[in-house]
Amino acid sequence: MTVWDVPEDRLEAKLPDKKPRLNEAQALAEANRCLYCFDAPCIKACPTGIDIPTFIRKIATGNLAGSARVILDSNILGLSCARVCPTEVLCEGDCVYNELDSPPILIGKLQRIATEDAYDRGLQFFERGAPTGKRIAIIGGGPAGLACAHELARCGHESVIFEARDMPGGLNSTGVAPYKLQLPDAIREVNYILEIGGIELRTGVSVGTDISFEELEDQFDAVFVGVGLGPDTALDLPGRGLSGIVGAVEWIEQMKTRKGFALGDVDRVVVLGGGNTAIDVVREACGLGVTAVTMVYRRDEAAMSGYEHEWNHAKKEGARAEWFAQPVGYAGEHGRVTGVRCVRTRAAGGRHLQVVPDSEFVIPADRVVLAVGQSKLETLLSDVAGLTFAHGRLVADTANGQCSNPKYFAGGDVMNGAKEVVNAAAEGKVAARGIDAWLQGGA
Amino acid sequence: MVDLSVDFAGIKSPNPFWLASAPPANSGEQIMRAFDAGWGGAVWKTLGDPIINVTSRFGGIDYRGSKVIGFNNIELITDRPIDVNLKEIYEVKKRYPKHAVIASLMVETRQEWKDLIKKCIDAGADGLELNFGCPHGMCERGMGSAVGAEPKACEEITSWAVEYSSIPVIVKLTPNITDVNDPAEAAVRGGAHAVSLINTIKSIIGVDLVNAVPLPAVQGASTNGGYCGPAVRPIALHMVGQLGRNPAVNVPISGIGGVETWRDALEFIFLGASTVQVCTAVMHYGYRIVEDLIEGTENFMKEHGYETIDQMVGRAVPNYSEWGNLDLNYELIAKIDADKCIGCQLCHTACWDGAHQCIHLSDETRVPIIDEAECVGCNLCQIVCPVEGCISMVHVENGKPRVSWNEYQERLAKGEKIEVGKHTSQTAF
Repeated sequence: MTVWDVPEDRLEAKLPDKKPRLNEAQALAEANRCLYCFDAPCIKACPTGIDIPTFIRKIATGNLAGSARVILDSNILGLSCARVCPTEVLCEGDCVYNELDSPPILIGKLQRIATEDAYDRGLQFFERGAPTGKRIAIIGGGPAGLACAHELARCGHESVIFEARDMPGGLNSTGVAPYKLQLPDAIREVNYILEIGGIELRTGVSVGTDISFEELEDQFDAVFVGVGLGPDTALDLPGRGLSGIVGAVEWIEQMKTRKGFALGDVDRVVVLGGGNTAIDVVREACGLGVTAVTMVYRRDEAAMSGYEHEWNHAKKEGARAEWFAQPVGYAGEHGRVTGVRCVRTRAAGGRHLQVVPDSEFVIPADRVVLAVGQSKLETLLSDVAGLTFAHGRLVADTANGQCSNPKYFAGGDVMNGAKEVVNAAAEGKVAARGIDAWLQGGA
Repeated sequence: MVDLSVDFAGIKSPNPFWLASAPPANSGEQIMRAFDAGWGGAVWKTLGDPIINVTSRFGGIDYRGSKVIGFNNIELITDRPIDVNLKEIYEVKKRYPKHAVIASLMVETRQEWKDLIKKCIDAGADGLELNFGCPHGMCERGMGSAVGAEPKACEEITSWAVEYSSIPVIVKLTPNITDVNDPAEAAVRGGAHAVSLINTIKSIIGVDLVNAVPLPAVQGASTNGGYCGPAVRPIALHMVGQLGRNPAVNVPISGIGGVETWRDALEFIFLGASTVQVCTAVMHYGYRIVEDLIEGTENFMKEHGYETIDQMVGRAVPNYSEWGNLDLNYELIAKIDADKCIGCQLCHTACWDGAHQCIHLSDETRVPIIDEAECVGCNLCQIVCPVEGCISMVHVENGKPRVSWNEYQERLAKGEKIEVGKHTSQTAF
């Protein structure tokens, strides 16, 4: 039984796994390199605080099941995090081997073999807690909501996940770069998480439309908000009505989840933006065989928010960039986009930029992908009394996930603005503990 | 120029590196290839009544990715007819007259010893090695370590061999005894011209947990084997050192036990061996390892002013003493080089749980802090530190005169009151 049937003939399936699973001999050799540090820095670098040296040592001793238990005890999304985490800037970035100018332990790859082995063998490690009779509504079936629901089940609470899409998993299903994780594995993880029991998944239900917040408040003892972010931000530039201009999140979702979705007759892709979503699209386009892939960013390489290691990969895969280029409009013919009109910018002290006069040029394109951010879902939650927002983010106490309306808790992108899956997993779990404590009258 | 040649109890060899009596020295063809690679001598796979072996025969221990840190076998002596071996000994000696060929022997009765020794001498062997060490299979038949573990038998059979032999007799000793001095002295009393040690240590290399069978398994059952390889080297070094400083064992020693590198070989030589024998490392990597044994030894000798192997034999023996003679007032403390420290904090957890609770964590950095007043200089932190040269053990000039436990006892008996040792806190709370 699966929570959702994954469609075949998805475009993402054409992209290879860029970090393939280690074989057992490689895993053993790598696990044996681990120094088993005391109070290890890698643990502190992990938002979910996985006891990394312990799970690695268990791989080395041949206790693979125990290794997976240690990982999943801290992070029930350990399977996807093993593959999608930017380990270069988290656990592996803090490995003490870096201080020795030696390669850090391949923590992500070791986590992958341990968790996949447990999945392959159908091992479940956790049981539902003694029933408390409490019910929690979880809005959003992404990493934050799933982590929250699982932890609530361990505490003995029941939960109902309301997912607006017909497919659960959130960005793990719709947004993660396919060379890291593809849809079948994301759905596999959702199945695994729900197996603990006590979690009802209702897909295709939009809270606020199909069911009101008042109804949730009446029917449930607490509400967890893990709705993530909204649609791609559009750029209000001349020519935006031309066909061939698409939002990055929307394009990635179609590539990953829609049966028969094709790239079409596209030779030149231009990606607007300098964040990780922009680099994802760039790498995906390169991987799908697009001849010319250009990233356009108004500042320079050092200033972009995308990870350096990801951009280095992109360059090797054939991508190029236009730095200090600011889009000012789209060029088109017969209703189709043919290029992006840009002007040159230059640094003007601090984060300030100046437009270089008379510098307009056109970058030819038959597909333009906008990766300049996602809208916030503040308005969705505007009906709820007592919630506070800051810069469009739902404000919650980081210690327990509780919002200014005490019945509401939050985690994931809606709260943190857009971080990693592992942050969402950590925040969902923290919120579950917060809910548990609050329901017991502890907070 | 350095000279690696040795004269071992009258047996001449171009260098001190010999193949031990084992599978690498099973046949003339192998031994000639070994000599071509550079080995100075070979002790032939033990001759005796040809036996029948079982499969499997070997087992190895890996440790954290390192293969064969220890090795175990249940193979017996040669399974080839005596005459075939003797013919090959003759051929090898004819083609390699300057290399040492030693016949290892294991038979039961006095007459058998007499006959086999004569044949080996006639074949041209340079010496004999009496296998009193094999601790599996053959000892069940009253041979091998059954002889080596019983000084009377060891002495008696040695004396037979010496009586019948016109070439040097080496007695190979078993470590499966309480004190290796006993069988070694017995061998010397029996007239042995040299001793070699150690043979393998009785062992069970592991257990197949699924089938509940010790390893190596022979169709659902196993038996104890003989343990060797790098893991046994410290045990072998101790036993060689014991004989090296025993004036009653006034014969040359051939050191055996986990030798793989030139450094290993020199450690045996410094503790009293004048040749070393190698088996496991050759079984792992082949004869070619001898090239670095030779070059590494030569380089060490040049660097440290030695011209002959003899000059190095037993160099460390005078410094192998009793605990009671060690200086109680010598003081070392650990120092961490903060620039080299990578912050793994293994020294902290090792000291805290496994030593004297004197390495503390810092609030500011990941570099631990040593409480020097409490440090007992045990070396544990330096041993576990993964960074070369990060933790050093530094000598502290504490102004206290040298005094050993034995001297301390004598002076106490005379009524003297003297300060000994470092005083650290004896209670944690």
